[in-house]
Amino acid sequence: MKFLQLEIMLTNEIIQQRLTEKFGEQLTGWMEPYGMLTFTAAKEINLKVLQFLHDDEEMKFTFLTDLQAVHYPDQKGAELAVVYHLHNWTDNVRIRFKVFTDINQPDVFSATALYQSANFMERETYDFFGVNFVGHPNLIRILNVDEMDYFPLRKEYPLEDQTRIDKDDEMFGRG
Amino acid sequence: MSEHILLPEGSIEKQTTTLNLGPTHPATHGVFQNILELDGERIMKATSTVGYIHRAFEKIAERRNLFQITPLTDRLNYCSSPLNNIGWHLTCEKLLGVSTPKRVDYLRVIIMELARIADHLICNSIVGVDSGAYSGFLYVMQFRELIYEIYEEVCGSRLTTNIGRIGGFERNFTNTAFEKIEKFLDEKTGYPAQLKEFENLFTRNRIFMERTIGCGPIAPERAMNYGFTGPNLRAAGVDYDVRVHSPYSSYEDFDFTIPVGSTGDCYDRFLVRNEEMWQSLSIIKQAYQKVQEFKGAEAEVYHADVPAYYLPEKKDVYTKMEALIYHFKIIMGETEMPAGEVYHSIEGANGELGYYLISDGGRTPYRLHFRRPCFIYYQAYPELIQGGMLSDAVITMSSLNLIAGELDA
Repeated sequence: MKFLQLEIMLTNEIIQQRLTEKFGEQLTGWMEPYGMLTFTAAKEINLKVLQFLHDDEEMKFTFLTDLQAVHYPDQKGAELAVVYHLHNWTDNVRIRFKVFTDINQPDVFSATALYQSANFMERETYDFFGVNFVGHPNLIRILNVDEMDYFPLRKEYPLEDQTRIDKDDEMFGRG
Repeated sequence: MSEHILLPEGSIEKQTTTLNLGPTHPATHGVFQNILELDGERIMKATSTVGYIHRAFEKIAERRNLFQITPLTDRLNYCSSPLNNIGWHLTCEKLLGVSTPKRVDYLRVIIMELARIADHLICNSIVGVDSGAYSGFLYVMQFRELIYEIYEEVCGSRLTTNIGRIGGFERNFTNTAFEKIEKFLDEKTGYPAQLKEFENLFTRNRIFMERTIGCGPIAPERAMNYGFTGPNLRAAGVDYDVRVHSPYSSYEDFDFTIPVGSTGDCYDRFLVRNEEMWQSLSIIKQAYQKVQEFKGAEAEVYHADVPAYYLPEKKDVYTKMEALIYHFKIIMGETEMPAGEVYHSIEGANGELGYYLISDGGRTPYRLHFRRPCFIYYQAYPELIQGGMLSDAVITMSSLNLIAGELDA
């Protein structure tokens, strides 16, 4: 146990330093919301970043906790963000990184070769946001019906039609 | 696996049979469809289809206030809804920067561990049912009933509990609730005695062991790669538990061990869940003692001070101006939350249950994603059952504790 205590703990600063050494300017938007290191990577290098974090002896981010997307309709040319949550179980550090892509050409490399768990998660992301994961073995809809011809979690599909007139709910602040 | 005779290559007869297991098959405990390619009774290939009870919770949540999302989380893993509810409240509290009093944490721990026991006892007794032993299932039901009565005493409902609020509980635990917890913990007549009996029925039962040992095993590396968490991962021998790795709700104050298995087969999963119930019992006892130690005004604390999110008491609403204003603002959803993004996870009954909440400073989340452990580890199911017998597929499914509601969100 003493050996473990003598080793330098993996901190957010060290991760940021190592990643900057490796990828330089391609990683931007460093933040630490609620203690979790967050950054943005260019979408061409998402697999390289994942591979580095997975294989590097110091990083050891071998567990993909979560993968999903967010739609920001106002960011022209970078409407869709694919968010990866990774976890290093040895040092117990979590990080999050995002890859932005154009909604008209939403091609992002698939992480299925590195993580089997990415299979369903990427299918779900495709199903709801239409992110095209290049290299995914079976990129088809998963939770929605196969016949669906739109991606329901995108912001252009409001939950309820705001122009409905058959419901008078002025009293409730929505009129 | 014994040698198996295959029809010669190029035979006119079809080599395999296609069988639709599910989505409404009674042995699948929920709407799971698996298209199996069978050679005799041996599974050659399996394809899973999910999504039969998808209810668009993530989309709905984008138009709901924080407190209105709690009932949605009930319906994820409905065998242990209090875990989902409290996990969601903890996520909101993290976003809002609320710190809860110790008594609230301990009360939450009691409820969460009761929920874990309720979930595990269903799962383990169902494994028994699927292997042909029905009696264990009936025996433990009375204690699930008692757990539901405790929920009922605390929040008023039983299955989809909607328990607690942001900041704590809606009311203090009554004496009846504490009496029922004591009844549950009683060594002679309570759950410990029942669990002992349940163990006697199964753990060293020759038929049960023959049936489950070596059935649906997974190696630790594969389990990690497939995103396993919770008891299924620990059965494979990896000691990852969110309660220990990132303690929440004062779990660091409790003394408990994390059981691990070695082979990751159905029997190990059964044993790990069984031991976890003993550990949960010990945590509940410790928490109950800690709660009893609070005296005077401290013993009346059951929520944190978050007036903008915690509904005031009804009698205050009728008599006090401030309470009335807050009541109105909360119910009408007129409270703006701080902008930010937060990921919080708890140890759910099936594994790491995560909430990824993005707020843009509005009244509803900009985006909310649930990391449902079931959904992620279900993808390993075809690999687990491949090469095994059809009846092993059924028992593997029940020992993975797949809950369709959680899987499909």
